[in-house]
Amino acid sequence: MATAINVNNVSKRQGNVEALKGVNFSVNRGELYGLIGPDGAGKTTMFRLLTTLLVPDEGTVTVDGFDTVKDYEAIRSRVGYMPGRFSLYQDLTVEENLKFFASVFSTTIEENYDLIKDIYAQIEPFKHRRAGKLSGGMKQKLALSCALVHKPSVLLLDEPTTGVDPVSRYEFWQMLHKLKEENITIVVSTPYMDEAKMCDRIALINHGQILKISTPKDIADDFNDALLEVKGENLYKLMLEIRKMRTVKSCYSFGDSLHVTFSETPDTEGFKKELSELGQGGLTITPIEAGIEDSYMKLADE
Amino acid sequence: MILKYLLEKEFKQFRRNPIFPRLMVAFPILIIFVFPWVTTFEVQNIKVTVVDDDNSTLSHRLTHEIENSRYFNLVGAEPSYQLGLADVEKGTADVVLDIPRDFEKNMIRRSGSNIQISANAVNGIKGNIGSSYLNAIVAQFATKIASEHGLKVQPAVNVITQNRFNEYLDYKKFMIPALITMVLILLCGFFPTLNIVSEKEIGTIEQINVTPVGKASFIIAKLIPYWAMGLIVFTVCFFLAWLTYGFAPQGNVLLIYLDAVLFIMFMSGFGLVVSNNSATMQQAMFVMFFCIMVFILMSGLFTPIHSMPQWAQDIAFFNPPRYYIEIMRSVFLKGSNFMENWFSYMMLAIFDLLINFWAILSYRKQS
Repeated sequence: MATAINVNNVSKRQGNVEALKGVNFSVNRGELYGLIGPDGAGKTTMFRLLTTLLVPDEGTVTVDGFDTVKDYEAIRSRVGYMPGRFSLYQDLTVEENLKFFASVFSTTIEENYDLIKDIYAQIEPFKHRRAGKLSGGMKQKLALSCALVHKPSVLLLDEPTTGVDPVSRYEFWQMLHKLKEENITIVVSTPYMDEAKMCDRIALINHGQILKISTPKDIADDFNDALLEVKGENLYKLMLEIRKMRTVKSCYSFGDSLHVTFSETPDTEGFKKELSELGQGGLTITPIEAGIEDSYMKLADE
Repeated sequence: MILKYLLEKEFKQFRRNPIFPRLMVAFPILIIFVFPWVTTFEVQNIKVTVVDDDNSTLSHRLTHEIENSRYFNLVGAEPSYQLGLADVEKGTADVVLDIPRDFEKNMIRRSGSNIQISANAVNGIKGNIGSSYLNAIVAQFATKIASEHGLKVQPAVNVITQNRFNEYLDYKKFMIPALITMVLILLCGFFPTLNIVSEKEIGTIEQINVTPVGKASFIIAKLIPYWAMGLIVFTVCFFLAWLTYGFAPQGNVLLIYLDAVLFIMFMSGFGLVVSNNSATMQQAMFVMFFCIMVFILMSGLFTPIHSMPQWAQDIAFFNPPRYYIEIMRSVFLKGSNFMENWFSYMMLAIFDLLINFWAILSYRKQS
């Protein structure tokens, strides 16, 4: 399979922060690739390097076989970029924005209508509305349409689902899967671990370094420690108590529960008894399968 | 042609801006119909309090003379000088005229008397000009009285002032070109700067930067609308000035436009330098404001450069608007030709080259 993106030992300083430290990865053509990491991990810097907006301090980046420093002009007509922040013209209407971005790429809406049809059809009823007056989900669809209107071979989406409701997020990922069928390479970043499993492959990134690259399934499977999910009345106090325990390796809060790993095979009943004696009430403890987030926490910890 | 689409977009955005199109209409109206009347250097309506210790026919005549002058309003008479000063402190009077006891007697018998004028100089111009107007009236009055009584008037040099190029010292003739300058600074300096920085702030520039749009087209598309609007407002203002006040340029109109175009190029180039180095509208706004204050105050727009101290004149040498204003006044009021202003034109052209070169150097799509 041909390589669409190749990032080779890239480092980049942003002010006093080393945003990226010796990053290596490559994306295959037609792949849906996820960059997963928390805020400040270096995801946006990576996108700005891929879109030729930044020049790497060290290493090389190629997109579609073109070097981002030497052949940046060739890259600019081949990539579609959707920045993390909504950055279309708020005082132009939906249709005008789309027309404008089509014309700066020397094309027309009609020419590539097939590609954007499914997405654009959803916002077409509002095509005379100013972009600034759209809801979050519609803005995101418009931005995606604008990024696709020139039929790019590589689509770069920086946190496209941040600030979008769960239904729209789900729809958005469905759209990405459809685009994948058109053989468009897609790189998407997200801070949401639950979205990671929608990708073909993911790179876990933290503090400017890649922790692991694999398929979402392999990453979850690689987690070989036994994992217990603990629920209780006072989660915060519970977490502090558990972390004090000698046999406990890690304990992280996951919304309404805690995920706990042990340095030796855990005795679930004994563990529960120990906690009850410490005055914790309403305890339910269940062994669970590890998810990507568990792997991420473990890798970030090491 | 990408430039065409970019321009189309700029004009659309301009039209939809809730404020800019209104400003375009407001500018010429304010400049021609409002500002010339309020930026007057002529001092009128000076409030005078008379302290008449003499209370004679002559002192009454003098008071009457002042009352009839179009520059003064007689606001009251006080019995003592102290009370007159109190009026100044309260702000009800600007000038106190103290006519001493035996004014009439001394005037007629000895052909001389002293009169005291005390002016409030908190507003320096008003105080200064007010007291000299009053001086002139009193002097005229004294001459008249002397000749009425057949007394010898001391022969004096009679000075006749002739104001060339602006015969009646009409400050409007002087102010209108200056006010139009301010509009060019605003339209061609401020607006494009803020426009570019706002694209930075909103993030749209990032989307544009990843398209094949070249930086030159992007910037030129930002400038052309404001150049056009600058020249339109410029033309409308001069046309209105001609209609309303009958001011017509004495010199070649093309020379005035050449001057305006050179100046517009400088202002927009300067605006680009500022916008390239600012991250937010606020930064750009304050930097522009600061620089424009220096530009205006050191340009001879309101105060003559030759009356500034030498060091300030040296700084003004490097102030481009100064050359623009020099050309404007000499062509508009005096009808000078190109050769008489070649140095100013050359200086403007040099500044244009320097600032636009700097603007290109400081604009980066990548970092």
